[in-house]
Amino acid sequence: MMDFINYYFVPGLTLGSIYALGAVGISMIFGILRFAHFAHGDLMTVGAYAALTAVWTLGIPALAAIPIGIVFTCAVALFTDRFFYKPLRDLPTIYTVIASFGVALILRSLIQLVWGTESQVYETGFQKPIILFDVLRIATRHIQIIAATFVIAILLHLFLTYTRTGKSMRAVADDPALASISGLDPEKTVRWTWIIGASLAAIAGIFVGLDTDVHTNLGWNMLLPMFAAALLGGIGRPLGAIAGGLIIGMAEEICTYPIFGNKLIPFFEEELLEFFGEELISPSYKSAVAFVMMVGLLLFRPQGLFKGRVL
Amino acid sequence: MELTGLFFYLITFLTMAGIYAVLCLALNMQWGFGGLFNAGIAGFYAIGAYAAAIVTSAASKNHVGGFDLPIIVGLIVAGIVAGLVGWAVARLCVRLKSDYLAIATIGIAEIIRQIIVNEEWLTNGSLGISHIPRPMEDWFVGKPAEIAFALFVWSLVLLTWFVAHRLYISPWGRVLRAIRDNEEAAASIGKDVQSFRTQTFVIGAVFMAVAGALSAHYFKYFSPDATEPILVTFLVWVMLIAGGSGNNKGAILGALVVWGIWSMTEILTSMLPDGMTTRSSYIRMLLIGLFLQFVLQRYRSGLLPERAPKLRI
Repeated sequence: MMDFINYYFVPGLTLGSIYALGAVGISMIFGILRFAHFAHGDLMTVGAYAALTAVWTLGIPALAAIPIGIVFTCAVALFTDRFFYKPLRDLPTIYTVIASFGVALILRSLIQLVWGTESQVYETGFQKPIILFDVLRIATRHIQIIAATFVIAILLHLFLTYTRTGKSMRAVADDPALASISGLDPEKTVRWTWIIGASLAAIAGIFVGLDTDVHTNLGWNMLLPMFAAALLGGIGRPLGAIAGGLIIGMAEEICTYPIFGNKLIPFFEEELLEFFGEELISPSYKSAVAFVMMVGLLLFRPQGLFKGRVL
Repeated sequence: MELTGLFFYLITFLTMAGIYAVLCLALNMQWGFGGLFNAGIAGFYAIGAYAAAIVTSAASKNHVGGFDLPIIVGLIVAGIVAGLVGWAVARLCVRLKSDYLAIATIGIAEIIRQIIVNEEWLTNGSLGISHIPRPMEDWFVGKPAEIAFALFVWSLVLLTWFVAHRLYISPWGRVLRAIRDNEEAAASIGKDVQSFRTQTFVIGAVFMAVAGALSAHYFKYFSPDATEPILVTFLVWVMLIAGGSGNNKGAILGALVVWGIWSMTEILTSMLPDGMTTRSSYIRMLLIGLFLQFVLQRYRSGLLPERAPKLRI
């Protein structure tokens, strides 16, 4: 049981936190700008590499480089919006979707040009895990990532509930026509959507780098689970996206837990073991979990678990 | 000498452009006719390539088969397998709205890729399948074989174009365009939207597999590296939009033009100073990404825009 918590539950929560931070941006962009932003994963990569440069040049730890990553990623997001998405705003959104594919490619090739394609790490060396109650072993980076995500979720909730900008963003996500006749400035809302989406993407990217390593496909590989998380939470529901991210991340890790052959299941243990092998799903097919959850959700409950929009 | 070199460069160019033209026509059936956003072209392409490779290559202890069957059997099996997978995917996903369909098809392509990498008994994993035969190998050797294969590819391009063209001008194609442009209106006059969409998705998937099979025969070797989404899915999308989605001739022209640009960037980047050449492929991708943005903003309807056929009363 402790093995389950140490090696599956906590890593699942960590992965889920990363998905959650990325999914918030996807959900908000989908809800407010009404298109599926396929370059969101690559915005994460941008953030991770910007922080990497700060770590290299200034010699600061990766966590201290987060603000630099955020500023750089926001600048990139606002730039791409101005030059690649805004000219297509009045057309059917599918053109913007195609454009975002192109932006994903542009960002990735620029990163490969500037930083090269080898994987990098923020800091080398082995981190000793923290041991709690003799049996609970948690890596420091996992605690940092989970705690930071928790704080960000609370801040995001306060921002959306109590500030003027946050309220107007929710208004646009709920009913754009009503929001615009009430005199809300759409361009301002769009700008804030990018700033929040890109900031959280940058943090998520840096967390991936902390947890594993920084490489050029880091964000693109996470795009599918992040979309699944955004849909699970309901489009245009940022807090739903956080819950969705946590669920998808946990599901991916827990599906690879060797349930069978552990004497956990009272009946048919042997038969199940024979049929499935030790774990329910082989770890190499982990990413299929998010996909299956996403398709099932789209078919049976397209509004997501928390009543988002159906676009 | 110089001239023959150029001629054979042209043959290589036309072979690759032909394979892309088949992909582009297939995407045109799905997106141009039916408005189905398939972002998982690489998946069906890979299915076709592996099906053909396993069916036609000589017996090997590294993977299942090969069955050493004629090329034509390989093409048919490739089409059938991809058609069945396409049918299953379409049954599940075709009623999703375009953005969601794009996400779902990316996921499917990714799962297909993982199956190919992980199931070594089937595909020899990341090492790939080698010794895939080429059609008419016994009759031609060396340079003439290149010409023969280019002709073989382009005869299939013509066949695909013919099928696409007949579908486009048929009543079936008309219904499909009606569904694409106004789903509710089409449904209100009793057209089965799901069924038409499923059909066009399956037909597109079959031809994507044919293109995959052609490339397996051309390279005589196929590994998961060749199913890189950027090289397959993305380039085909750029080709179709630049050529003119909805127009079959535009799809072929788009494949020729964009493959021309892609090859040209290879020549350009090879002229870069030594230190830069390792990074040339990223420069090419950057250029093609910028090219797409340019086309989207300036020439959205493509070189040959769609023109609805005249009504015959």
